[in-house]
Amino acid sequence: MSEFTAAETAVQAAIDAGARYADARVMHRRHEVMSARNGDVDSVSQTSDSGLGVRSMVGSGWGFFAVADLADSSVREAGRKAAEIAAASGLVGRGDSSLVPSEPVTGSWSSDCAIDPFEVALSVKGDMLVRATELMREHGADLAEAMCQSWETRKWFVSSEGHRIDQHIRESGAGIMATAIGDGETQRRSYPANRGQYRTRGWEFVEELDIVAHAARVGSEARQLLSAPVCPSGETTLILGSEQLALQIHESVGHAIELDRILGWEAAYAGTSWLDLAQLGSLKFGSELMNITVDPTIPGALGSFGYDDEGTPAAARDAVRNGIWVGVLAGRDSGAMAGLDYGGSVRADGWARLPMVRMTNVGLEPGPHTLDEIIAATDEGIYMETNRSWSIDDRRLNFQFGTEVGYEVKNGQLGRLVRNPTYTGIGPQFWSSMDMLSSEIIAWGTPNCGKGQPGQIGHTGHPAAPARFQNVRVGVRA
Amino acid sequence: MSAVTDLAASAVEQVAAVLAGAEVEASVNNHRLSLTRFANSVIHQNVAEDSTTVRIQIHHGGRTASASATVADSSQLVALVARVSDAVRVAPLDPAWGGLTSPARPLDGPEPDVVIAPAERAAVVRAFVDGAQGLETAGYCRTNFWIGAFANAAGQLVGGRASEVGLSGIARNQGSDGVARHAPLRIADLDGAALGARAAAKARAAVDPIELPAGRYEVVLEPTAVADIVESLAGAGFNGKAVNEQRSFVRVGADQFDPSITLIDDPLAVGSTFDNEGTPRSRLTLVERGRTVALTHDRRTAAEAGATTTGHAFDSTFSWGPMARHLGLQPTGAADDVAADDGAADGVATEVEGPMADSSVAELVAGVQRGLLVTDFWYTRMLDPRTLAITGLTRNGVWLIENGQVTTPLRNFRFTQSYAQALMPGNVLGIGRTAMPIPGDTYTATSPRWSCPALHLASWNFTGGASG
Repeated sequence: MSEFTAAETAVQAAIDAGARYADARVMHRRHEVMSARNGDVDSVSQTSDSGLGVRSMVGSGWGFFAVADLADSSVREAGRKAAEIAAASGLVGRGDSSLVPSEPVTGSWSSDCAIDPFEVALSVKGDMLVRATELMREHGADLAEAMCQSWETRKWFVSSEGHRIDQHIRESGAGIMATAIGDGETQRRSYPANRGQYRTRGWEFVEELDIVAHAARVGSEARQLLSAPVCPSGETTLILGSEQLALQIHESVGHAIELDRILGWEAAYAGTSWLDLAQLGSLKFGSELMNITVDPTIPGALGSFGYDDEGTPAAARDAVRNGIWVGVLAGRDSGAMAGLDYGGSVRADGWARLPMVRMTNVGLEPGPHTLDEIIAATDEGIYMETNRSWSIDDRRLNFQFGTEVGYEVKNGQLGRLVRNPTYTGIGPQFWSSMDMLSSEIIAWGTPNCGKGQPGQIGHTGHPAAPARFQNVRVGVRA
Repeated sequence: MSAVTDLAASAVEQVAAVLAGAEVEASVNNHRLSLTRFANSVIHQNVAEDSTTVRIQIHHGGRTASASATVADSSQLVALVARVSDAVRVAPLDPAWGGLTSPARPLDGPEPDVVIAPAERAAVVRAFVDGAQGLETAGYCRTNFWIGAFANAAGQLVGGRASEVGLSGIARNQGSDGVARHAPLRIADLDGAALGARAAAKARAAVDPIELPAGRYEVVLEPTAVADIVESLAGAGFNGKAVNEQRSFVRVGADQFDPSITLIDDPLAVGSTFDNEGTPRSRLTLVERGRTVALTHDRRTAAEAGATTTGHAFDSTFSWGPMARHLGLQPTGAADDVAADDGAADGVATEVEGPMADSSVAELVAGVQRGLLVTDFWYTRMLDPRTLAITGLTRNGVWLIENGQVTTPLRNFRFTQSYAQALMPGNVLGIGRTAMPIPGDTYTATSPRWSCPALHLASWNFTGGASG
């Protein structure tokens, strides 16, 4: 049975069992991760999974059932069970439910990939990772780690409204991390980012990262941090590197504009949002330099796709324009409930998980400056880069981040290296204090965004550039 | 033999036919997860899955490779065997390979529950919603059934079954939330109405919170908050890999904790009777009266440390290392030879009203002149593993305690605190008499569960209020 046939069979079975709407996704996924530690390969893991997930609506209730077996009888039973579960939802259901209208789409999409990462020999990957860890150790790291990962996803989507879509997405990335162990503390330095950098591209992207070329510096900087002074405490001017700002966007903007959170659907776990739909279009989120877009069409960015998992074609949309909140990440059901006319940001972590509102590429549009200009224009402050820790409250307001390194900024120049830099604040106050923004945008990839129950891991992209913020509290300590 | 043990044995035999003399191990896991989520007091997500995954690991010619795949028919197993057999030929050398587990029979776990229909989960949700008596509610009711097997080329062949149910829910009242959670092994032990009433009582006691200044406060942490401490100790403290790499503060033989602290890992309580390397599991005391007495190891970390495995290998993409996943803090009065959590005896407290979880919490609160009662921690992240310095926030209810009484609801705090320091000798002022099984956030029948009583601590470092 072909993948499309399996999906169509499941959808029809759900409709036959009483569903008024149904859709199904068949997915084949592969994931490979290799890691090295202190000059040896630490682990090689290759996983693959295949299956079908069918979602149905009976009355106002949703039901979802997933099964690995794609035989005719199995997918028919999956469709029937999805309808049975949807009917059970109605026992504690709401009065009505609808979907944002969607034109039936027939389409096909593939991400760009010059070198298939699964065709690159393990020995090539292992040699690269081992060499990087050797160099980090030679230059000061007590614990040197390196990792590369690749994913391949093929999916076929069918709905009872007539959608019929297939997609082929390949993702790749790598990173290195050096840890120096001192008397009662550890210090860490990474490249290109905490947990690495990832794109919807092939092995050519890993080659471009050239992790071996950065290994000596990373090992040396981890060692230097052990003897650096502690980041001063107080309120100051803060300059963030683009990787840290990408995570700041992810946590304090991306999650805050998820419509399911705003509607309270994630209240018991991931949390809600400080944003109120009544203020969409008028609320001041940040300074006029703040322009955030939701754009799954950016070539090669980690949150890019051709269609979301409800069959909505990828399209760019404003989330914050000149500091004003103007858009959300939505799905067809949450959009309809909120009275909006769009969805387009729904994805699932595999065939066995229910599609839900997820970030795509949520990022900043470029500003007018460069990092050098921002530093030159700063009399006193701290420059921080490369995320080390992150924490934010369940309304996405109160955050605290730690970075791997900080540098004092004095009289327009970078000064001393400082260790254990942290900063804390409240989202809209922080974003309103952004007074300089660089044009040097990088589309950072976050491959570990957790949300939902059962847990789902999302891959998201975040274009970001260095920026400056005023009156930020830094140096929070245990 | 069951179908899953047949499948595990077949995987080992098929590899042996391709790679004579190879060290091979195979795990087969069938998970049937059903989860009903509700928000705004209606069911909005309702899911179920049935999938079987096979994982094969081969060590051959000094090289190691592993791979896993969903397997629905024999052709998929053949493809997996071919893939991992090919991979091991070109895999990098692995000098730290820990070898295969010798044949050994695990102990039996509790008899699992039957598969539960979606209407039964909906009925539990209905009871929770009704129990909250008009407050808006959100949460989940989940049921899990697992059947698994392990086989290796050294002759080890074991199988097991387990079930688990869980409910975690909040009641919401004018911007304040109250929470209740329970994770028994059978749905008959899940009292949705009592949990809904408990969450509502907390939410009603939390309205109109005021903001207190940041600073160090004496605290009573309820079991839901203590679970975060226990989980952090399991992941970053007693983890054999973290200790080998000097990233952990834990030192075996050292008096690192208050003498009132005893920590026991008890995977048998949930039916997790063997680990991912086929090693039979057992109860393991990690801290005895304040002294660290053991670490958790798999075969690889044990070999590196010159120790023996404790049966804590699990399948992790990122090699986090062997972790205790069913760790319990012994409640006050527990006999040393009694399990911290038998998985069925603990119910939902109905003997108290207001914000405190149970009478055991109330006893600790009575001993506080001025301090805070904390329900839950949220979004905790490590700042430094060597000190177990962690930042996070409070959630689902914080109150001021004055003269042994809960007096005023408070707005949430951010904290930045060394968990190791908080439990050091002299810093633990009291431990509750009853432990609650708190569900972890992975969704399998043998998923992490933390058995936690409340804790009365001398000091907790709150570094910011709700306004920054």
